[in-house]
Amino acid sequence: MLSYDIVIVGGGPAGLAAAASAREQGIESVLILERDHTLGGILNQCIHNGFGLHTFKEELTGPEYAARFIDRVNELGIEYKLNTMVMDISSEKCITAMNREEGLFQIRAKAVILAMGCRERPRGALNIPGYRPAGIFSAGTAQRLVNMEGYLPGREVVILGSGDIGLIMARRMTLEGAKVKLVAELMPYSGGLKRNIVQCLDDFGIPLKLSHTVIDIDGKERVKGVTVAQVDEHRKPIPGTEEYISCDTLLLSVGLIPENELSRGMGVDMEPVTSGPVVNESLETNVEGVFACGNVLHVHDLVDYVSEEAAAAGKNAARYIREGAKRAEQAGCVELAAEGGVRYTVPKYIHTDRMEEKLTVRFRVGDVYKGCYICTYFDDTCVKRQKRPVMAPGEMEEIKLQKQKLEEYPDLKKITIRIEKGGE
Amino acid sequence: MTVREDRAEKGKRELVCIGCPLGCMITVTCKDGQILTVSGNTCKKGDQYARNEVTNPERMVTTTVRLADRPHETVSVKSERSIPKEKIFDFVKALKMVEVKAPVHISDVILSDVAGTGVAAVATVNRL
Repeated sequence: MLSYDIVIVGGGPAGLAAAASAREQGIESVLILERDHTLGGILNQCIHNGFGLHTFKEELTGPEYAARFIDRVNELGIEYKLNTMVMDISSEKCITAMNREEGLFQIRAKAVILAMGCRERPRGALNIPGYRPAGIFSAGTAQRLVNMEGYLPGREVVILGSGDIGLIMARRMTLEGAKVKLVAELMPYSGGLKRNIVQCLDDFGIPLKLSHTVIDIDGKERVKGVTVAQVDEHRKPIPGTEEYISCDTLLLSVGLIPENELSRGMGVDMEPVTSGPVVNESLETNVEGVFACGNVLHVHDLVDYVSEEAAAAGKNAARYIREGAKRAEQAGCVELAAEGGVRYTVPKYIHTDRMEEKLTVRFRVGDVYKGCYICTYFDDTCVKRQKRPVMAPGEMEEIKLQKQKLEEYPDLKKITIRIEKGGE
Repeated sequence: MTVREDRAEKGKRELVCIGCPLGCMITVTCKDGQILTVSGNTCKKGDQYARNEVTNPERMVTTTVRLADRPHETVSVKSERSIPKEKIFDFVKALKMVEVKAPVHISDVILSDVAGTGVAAVATVNRL
């Protein structure tokens, strides 16, 4: 059986950064498994620019950003297998994978880094009535068809969901000659970055209707139109607000689901809010030596943060390999609690003895907050209040925790992060 | 379809800065086509963006061109720098006629002076 120190599942931005980082930490035996025919993952179809401002201090397109990491992986001589699908990972970290050359095979890993990314939420998850005509695509599928394979999937388009991929595709379809008639968003705010609303919708005069959804799809062989209606505060359609819009294509940009079948199969504990694994300060799951990073852990807005997080996962996996059985027993661990508007935190647990000098805690808020404070409590003591002019569910937030500060509270049990209104 | 006109008008304009993912809300006050104040930005870039956006809005453009002999593969390209907003459609249209031959490398010029903008389109992907 093949055997590696670290096996990384997924060759997208997370997998590439994790691999490079593990190798830079001195681990020679690293393998990336990727199911597509090239490395780079979804970045390859994101031909728009805006990637890498944090990492490289310049604006790159998706393929360019991916190429930087692919080049690095090649420079470091890291092994990878393409067109290879991982079927199963056992709790003993035995990986079953398959490809056309080798058939079904198994690999034994000392550590595994989960970097599988996300899948798009499909129509089936939305309960929209109607037949199953051609012309309904997830926005990411349309993006791949247009940008990588050179097809235009439709000419008159309605987009449901104003997440970033939906917004980007509104512009892309418009530039390719299609007419984007409407972007409908169920929530009273957009799920996408502000810059994308400006550059992808406003620039082209594409209307965005908030608190609206698609309630019916017309057409049997091909989409003929959709019925859009306004929704109330409980997201229920309001009778009398229905509007029929003729179109031949409906794009769905209605959320991403971390692709965690493999994680669940090996007994990794999951966080219901993120649909990703529960991890500690080392981005390690409850299964020892199994780490997670990138969109499989929680959905990110910016690939720069994926790379940063993945590099940390790679470094921690390398440390796990080096220290092996000598690793100190986990001392008491501090739980991170998300309250008062904070929906979740990554990580969820911190072993103070294992944390770096500075630890980034990432989270999302559940609503739009203006002029509020991110408050950090060590047990019942408020240790930090950071003002934010605006916070929105579509934009990931972060705070930094300092090891030194945690050590000042030796009996610390719980760190709470909550959003509080201004005033004092 | 035409790109929506944006002009420096009398009074106030609210903008969302696109310089970085922060997306600052910037308010620009103008009088007689002259910018009086820029506020709400966190950095210099925001100030510059707001001034440009009110007087001479520009955008980066990304699209794809065809790859000869490989009908199901494309070459993604970008404008080498940002171009006037109203030229976006002309820029993309000019590239629709273009077909390139492999090998193509990142930063290779695919078409120079696209649609009279003086700006080249360069490859953003390697096709070997």
